[in-house]
Amino acid sequence: MEAHAHHKETFITKYVFSQDHKMIAKQFLITGMIMGIIGVGMSLLFRLQLAWPDKEWPILEALLGKWGTDGIMDPNIYLALVTIHGTIMVFFVLTAGLSGTFSNLLIPLQIGARDMASGFINMLSYWFFFASSVVMLISLFVENGPASAGWTVYPPLSALPQAVPGSGAGMTLWLVSMSLFIVSSLLGALNYIVTVLNLRTKGMSMTRLPLTIWAFFVTAILGVLSFPVLFSAALLLIFDRSFGTSFYLSDILVAGEQLTNQGGSPILYQHLFWFLGHPEVYIILLPALGISSEVISTNSRKPIFGYRAMVGSILAIAFLSFIVWGHHMFVTGMNPFLGSVFTFTTLLIAIPSAVKAFNYITTLWKGNLQFTPGMMFSIGLVSTFITGGLTGLILGDSALDINVHDTYFVVAHFHIVMGLSAIFGLFAGVYHWFPKMFGRRMNKNLGYVHFWITFISAYGVFFPMHFLGMAGLPRRYYTNTAFPMFDDLANINVLVSYFAIIGGIAQVIFIFNFFYSALRGKKAEQNPWRSNTLEWTTPVEHIHGNWPGEIPEVHRWPYDYSKPGMDEDFVPQTVPLGPNEEGGGH
Amino acid sequence: METLLVIVVVVLAIAALTQAVRIFEISSQIKGTDTDVKVDDRDNNTQGWLMFLFLIFFFGAFAWMIIEYMEVTLPISASEHGVAIDSLWDISMAVIILAFLVTQPLLFGFAFMFRGRKSRKATYMEHNNKLELFWTGIPAVILAGLILYGLTTWSNVMNPEQDEEPMIVELYAKQFGWQARYAGSDNQLGYANVRLIEGANILGVDQGDAASANDVITSELHLPAGKPVKFVFRSQDVIHSAYMPHFRMQMNCVPGTQTQFQITPTVTTAEMRSNPEVIEKVKRVNALRAERGEDPWEFDYVLLCNKICGSAHYNMQMKIVVESEEDFENWMKDQQTFAEMM
Repeated sequence: MEAHAHHKETFITKYVFSQDHKMIAKQFLITGMIMGIIGVGMSLLFRLQLAWPDKEWPILEALLGKWGTDGIMDPNIYLALVTIHGTIMVFFVLTAGLSGTFSNLLIPLQIGARDMASGFINMLSYWFFFASSVVMLISLFVENGPASAGWTVYPPLSALPQAVPGSGAGMTLWLVSMSLFIVSSLLGALNYIVTVLNLRTKGMSMTRLPLTIWAFFVTAILGVLSFPVLFSAALLLIFDRSFGTSFYLSDILVAGEQLTNQGGSPILYQHLFWFLGHPEVYIILLPALGISSEVISTNSRKPIFGYRAMVGSILAIAFLSFIVWGHHMFVTGMNPFLGSVFTFTTLLIAIPSAVKAFNYITTLWKGNLQFTPGMMFSIGLVSTFITGGLTGLILGDSALDINVHDTYFVVAHFHIVMGLSAIFGLFAGVYHWFPKMFGRRMNKNLGYVHFWITFISAYGVFFPMHFLGMAGLPRRYYTNTAFPMFDDLANINVLVSYFAIIGGIAQVIFIFNFFYSALRGKKAEQNPWRSNTLEWTTPVEHIHGNWPGEIPEVHRWPYDYSKPGMDEDFVPQTVPLGPNEEGGGH
Repeated sequence: METLLVIVVVVLAIAALTQAVRIFEISSQIKGTDTDVKVDDRDNNTQGWLMFLFLIFFFGAFAWMIIEYMEVTLPISASEHGVAIDSLWDISMAVIILAFLVTQPLLFGFAFMFRGRKSRKATYMEHNNKLELFWTGIPAVILAGLILYGLTTWSNVMNPEQDEEPMIVELYAKQFGWQARYAGSDNQLGYANVRLIEGANILGVDQGDAASANDVITSELHLPAGKPVKFVFRSQDVIHSAYMPHFRMQMNCVPGTQTQFQITPTVTTAEMRSNPEVIEKVKRVNALRAERGEDPWEFDYVLLCNKICGSAHYNMQMKIVVESEEDFENWMKDQQTFAEMM
């Protein structure tokens, strides 16, 4: 590693094919942001359609071309937009953008390592992600449009181009892109696991790890165990689509054509998909929870309340996430007994989740709260995590799920608990570790404006959707006008779209603040938040190998904030225990 | 023109933001501090108060939505098992709304109460086993109740009592429409498979199967009130989902296999039309329709597709009529049997 620092760096090795985890983190973040702009932009387009289905929007014709003739959106492109919006947000923004950025940035820095276990594999992980993003974007431009069977791409719809035009070349590219994505994700996750297990500095026992690292570590394990199953699902789908096999297809007559496929089951795909799909929810959520644990503790100037319970609940959630996938399939005709089992395991997740929520709230109690923008977003995260998590008690209950399955109630639930919480975690992380990433500070006032507009409009978009769902409105409807019983939902849809547009446009503030601060922001000091963790002992200027001299030794856990008997309200992990000081079992 | 306008707005927005940042920077230079990046007591105070105000706004908006929006939600259940689902719904909702109303004020209230000050020192506390046991235990106990209640309801809905033989009706889905096939007087559906679809035999019913002769295929679903009916679902092409929100019924239609769901409709279409909630809803909807110059709407039960199935997914529907047994028999007499059709 020492030799590494003396390597001559060219532009290519420093900024493009970099093997430095800090640069790779920035690459993930910026690619994720670009994908995020595209994903959110798509949602604004279909919000226009949902709120004002009869209105002509020149912008739709400009952006969608033949699918937006005269400013009216084509039903097929509507389905494509919701599909790609979901795919991009779930995988490219909230999996790669969030985990890729912060696992890469923080794992070596917070455990005291010079870099990831394998810098080369880490680089590959990014470039597979990049390739996957490019293929996904290319799929937007094929003749029959991108994949449009929903982000879960259930066959037979996704397998048959006759059933929906997007299931032609668009779907092929979707599968290629996702396969590349899975490779990226596995390479990254293996690296994270190996690094956390092997490269911790002296004194950094597992119980002294910051909760961020615990979250990234467990997330990586989830990814390694579940993404291969998605890959097998995708592989079988590729076979069905291209080589005439019948894994998922049987007895089908579509567009006047009898297919020869016999004996397959579309439900098999759903089992494989959701065996990844449900852990995926926690692959998205856990890093956000880890980030908020760190940000809330630092800015409350207090130890995170119940460190061991927090670690325990991360592990419990991770374990349970593997035995609940069936709750996405309550109405597929599965054996009712199986439904009971999945209801039971699903509702159990509420217990570790409640523990986490209460521990966050108690961390605030008697703190000395510093409302940095990162802290604001972390508090926002706890709020949405609770609000969205609670409706999980409805949807996880098979009997109740019957009538709201696939309605807007579900859309409201998962956007709040997973979408908003994770995106708030992402924002919190960016605001908090921006000084570490770029050596400069972000403007806090723009941060506040960004937070409040985003927070209020986010609830404004998704809270009313509960009522749409309780009115029986199915999701993925191009328009609600085909059913008079939904006519009186029109004004709710308009309100939702207004909030979506406001919230979407407000992100310009963030993007501006991000790039302006990265280039011209005020220079950061070494430890701007007066934080305990190791990353703040590295110099502001990035160097290969992170620490100029020896890697520091760790003597305590990361949460000694406002410890009685200390001069300062923080005690970095590198400070040895005093003669009469208690280690607190860490 | 519009594109130009958009570009101008974007450019102006960026310019405005740049100027705003410059103002923050200059003012912080004048004061000689880092007020544009560093959080001070004033920020903590402002943001703490905003947290508190948000809580009030949040709960105000919540109350407003309940008053304004509850009226658009579904009316009383039109099926027997739906009543059980609705009471489970009400109790679960009460629990989660209570939890919502307790935890959000704690979160934003603490944020407000403990907003940072230079003079304040945070209290060092690592954990408290009693407290943690308490808030692990409380959710566990409440959940145990919800799980037991939920599973009992689920089991009753999925395995209804069989003291009366249910009428068998097949619901057949294809892009983008529904068909119903009644089993007829023998209450037995003839064998069917998509491979047998040919000409007028649109559901692929086996003409050689004796049970198929008196099957009745219709494109409107009529059901007698008070009689159990067992739906059998088939799909011809992709996965569809038969969703009858008024009956609290939903089941996927999966190509290559059959699924089923048994319900007992209890409220006839006529009775539902005279339900005060429904009368209000129809009034509201028709006022909106009149504004747009559309024909007035009369309430009907409806079967929707609730699994993404292609371009016209949003318009895949079938009218459902629940009527007295007598009216149902009369309607049935007017229908052609499968044998007559062929």
